[in-house]
Amino acid sequence: MIPELGHFALILALCTAIILAVVPMLGSFTGHSGLMAIARPAASAQAFFVSLAYACLTWAFISHDFSVLYVANTSNTSLPLVYRISGVWGGHEGSILFWCFISALWTGAVAVFSRSLPQVLLARVLAVLGFVSVGFLLFVLLTSNPFERLFPVPLDGASLNPLLQDPGMAIHPPMLYLGYVGFSVAFAFAIAALIGGQLDTATLRWMRPWTNIAWMFLTLGISLGSWWAYNELGWGGWWFWDPVENASFMPWLVGTALIHSLAASEKRGVFKAWTVLLAVLAFSLSLLGTFLVRSGVLTSVHSFAADPTRGLYILLFLGVVVGGSLVLYAFRSHRLNSTATYELVSRETALLLNNVLLVVACAAVLLGTLYPLFVDALGYGKMSVGEQYFNAVFVPLMLPILFIVGLGAMLNWKRDKMKGRSGPLLILAVLSVVTAGVLATQLLSFSFAAVASLALAIWITASTVFGIVHRIRNKRKRLSAVMHTPAAFWGMSIAHVGLAVFTVGVALTSIYTEEQTVRMEVNTTHTVGGYTFTFAALDEVRGKNFNAIEGRFNVERDGADVGTISAQKRFYDVRRDTMTEAGIDAGFTRDLFIALGEPLEGGQAWSVRIQTKPFIRWIWLGTIFMGLGGLLAALDRRYRTVSSRSKAAKTSTGKAKSALDSMVAGSMASTATATDTPRSSGA
Amino acid sequence: MNIALKLLPLALFVAIAAFLAKGLSLDPTQLPSPLIDKPAPEFTVARLGREPGDPSDGDFISQDMLGQVWVLNVWASWCGPCIAEHPYLVSLAQQRPIPVVGLNYKDEPGDAQQWLARYGDPFAHVLDDRDGDVGLDWGVYGVPETFVIDQSGRVRYKHVGPVDEVGLTQKLIPIIDQLQKETS
Repeated sequence: MIPELGHFALILALCTAIILAVVPMLGSFTGHSGLMAIARPAASAQAFFVSLAYACLTWAFISHDFSVLYVANTSNTSLPLVYRISGVWGGHEGSILFWCFISALWTGAVAVFSRSLPQVLLARVLAVLGFVSVGFLLFVLLTSNPFERLFPVPLDGASLNPLLQDPGMAIHPPMLYLGYVGFSVAFAFAIAALIGGQLDTATLRWMRPWTNIAWMFLTLGISLGSWWAYNELGWGGWWFWDPVENASFMPWLVGTALIHSLAASEKRGVFKAWTVLLAVLAFSLSLLGTFLVRSGVLTSVHSFAADPTRGLYILLFLGVVVGGSLVLYAFRSHRLNSTATYELVSRETALLLNNVLLVVACAAVLLGTLYPLFVDALGYGKMSVGEQYFNAVFVPLMLPILFIVGLGAMLNWKRDKMKGRSGPLLILAVLSVVTAGVLATQLLSFSFAAVASLALAIWITASTVFGIVHRIRNKRKRLSAVMHTPAAFWGMSIAHVGLAVFTVGVALTSIYTEEQTVRMEVNTTHTVGGYTFTFAALDEVRGKNFNAIEGRFNVERDGADVGTISAQKRFYDVRRDTMTEAGIDAGFTRDLFIALGEPLEGGQAWSVRIQTKPFIRWIWLGTIFMGLGGLLAALDRRYRTVSSRSKAAKTSTGKAKSALDSMVAGSMASTATATDTPRSSGA
Repeated sequence: MNIALKLLPLALFVAIAAFLAKGLSLDPTQLPSPLIDKPAPEFTVARLGREPGDPSDGDFISQDMLGQVWVLNVWASWCGPCIAEHPYLVSLAQQRPIPVVGLNYKDEPGDAQQWLARYGDPFAHVLDDRDGDVGLDWGVYGVPETFVIDQSGRVRYKHVGPVDEVGLTQKLIPIIDQLQKETS
């Protein structure tokens, strides 16, 4: 009964989504306020129905309803409750429903929090979001129905892939989806702007917190995925340039460009068409990622069932959404003229340069990801593109980006003079290189790459501090200047420091990791990277739904005890899968990593992989800083004042009044350069 | 900005979408071998002893197999999917009276012997290719891979990845039966 209710709710959700996609859009063209007014209740209704469907599926998991095929395939009576809840998105059908769920929530949130937007704009934004929902709901209902029944009902299910039975992996997909789907908001604004032929400062200001939050989720989601791979895959690596990883990294690169371009568009009225293009691309790449993961077009370590029907559907949908958007962009974006000017030496130039570099980096990743497909489709046989390509192309692009991040933070908007700046710039640059050189040679062994990366990380940090000091120095009341520095500025600073921390982590881990795979028996020792590992014991351990063989290792350094590391090899009961649970002694400046390989000589000895990985924590620490920065920037008071102020004036019904609203919203917050005047809605 | 430049993203997208559409009809796990219907590479390689501590058991000469249909399976004890595949090879060796030859690829003889003792030994011959030289000649892309060779010594089929139920019953066995009929 409950699954049928869920199925029915999903059908109702599709109906409301169709209404949401069609009616307000019609209203926005005919100027019919009543039609446009349907947008907000329809968005809420859709959110309700999808949530209901999602709750029904969750209930089927919690209550072990194996008469539902999807539950029987992905759950099991021995599965702990937390993984039954996360199991809802652990398979194909559920994860697409989960996408719909997140999308419905984002759409509902836009409906709730964007009351002060001009009615025409809001109607179009919600209609575009509704259109995207229609696409995904149809996908679920036509090709991937999670409520399909199974008869005869099995006594027990097949269980969740053990790879997914990990706290990190349980929340990794939701984070990614919140990011992917979050970009649909910026996308919807971009499409509405292209249709309306204008993009004013107030609208841009609306887009910024939404995009920042989406970017934050995507950042944390990718980071969690990497952290999970490091803990679970037992290879000791943190990034593999796997097609599925790339699928999430490409929207991130473009999304990063987007949040910076949005800042320039909002503050200075420049790059508007470019911002719109980035918004379209960020979401398009999210859809492309879904296609690559779900269609089985590319092979990957992430084993998802390939289904050509599903692939064809997503490809068609991709064609309509992306193709349509780009047609709209080609013929309408000329109306989004940027009025402001800027000179060569200015923050705008730095932002534009980095934007272009980020997009080029994304294109390089896209090329590497799709290259095997191109070659195959052209009949030149099979091939795979490995880490060498990505590192060779990506690293050289990252170096100028890191340099420009520091440079841009020290330049003023609009115009700057190299004359007054070159002194401090030069001093900071020299200081960074010297400090990096001293650090690298004194604490580690010398390596040119390490010095260069450290210098860039110090350069970014120093320029961020310089930016903060510069902001406060000229004020008379310094404390109050600190207090009045907007959250967006702190967010930017923290995110940039996060980038520096991340750079240190990546560079030092890749340069100084020591790794050995050795044969070890109990009570033998082995030394790697100055640490002595003693294989202390080998035990059998019983978990809730797996048996494990656990090796315990005592670690010493220079005779001093460092700690004990336990590494497991798990054998899951139901699916008969084997999993490596690496043992990691985490530290601020280094990780000690042990993974059990295979038993040798009938279990007398084991092949053991031991690695010392300097500063690897800094990789994830850096991404946490970045995410935190994104969150802080989204919480800036400037965005909130607009909404609270306009709430006071929200009782508008007619289009003239709603246009007035947007004028109020537009002008009151325009401290610097509101160059566009919001047009009245019918025009 | 002129219109040509504005159309560039659309053009790129259309090109990519065309490739994606083509990609849907391709199977990335199907690796066609350039060897198909060509004479199999000839080789002579040491046979692995079947008892632990017995490193070698004479030489295997590929030309000796002429005149019969045979299967070459590339495997290794370090290869996880080989464990999943193994029951189907055992089943194949029981169902059809043809030699299934195991090419033990880049492996330690001791590990390989233990592995066979543990999971069962369907092989008529186990070949010791610890340096991967034979694998190189045969264009081995990954482990496991399975080749079917006909009476005249030509490679007629290549299966990439672990053989499963479907691969065994719908591909390997029908092809073997077909080839055996060709001479009789």
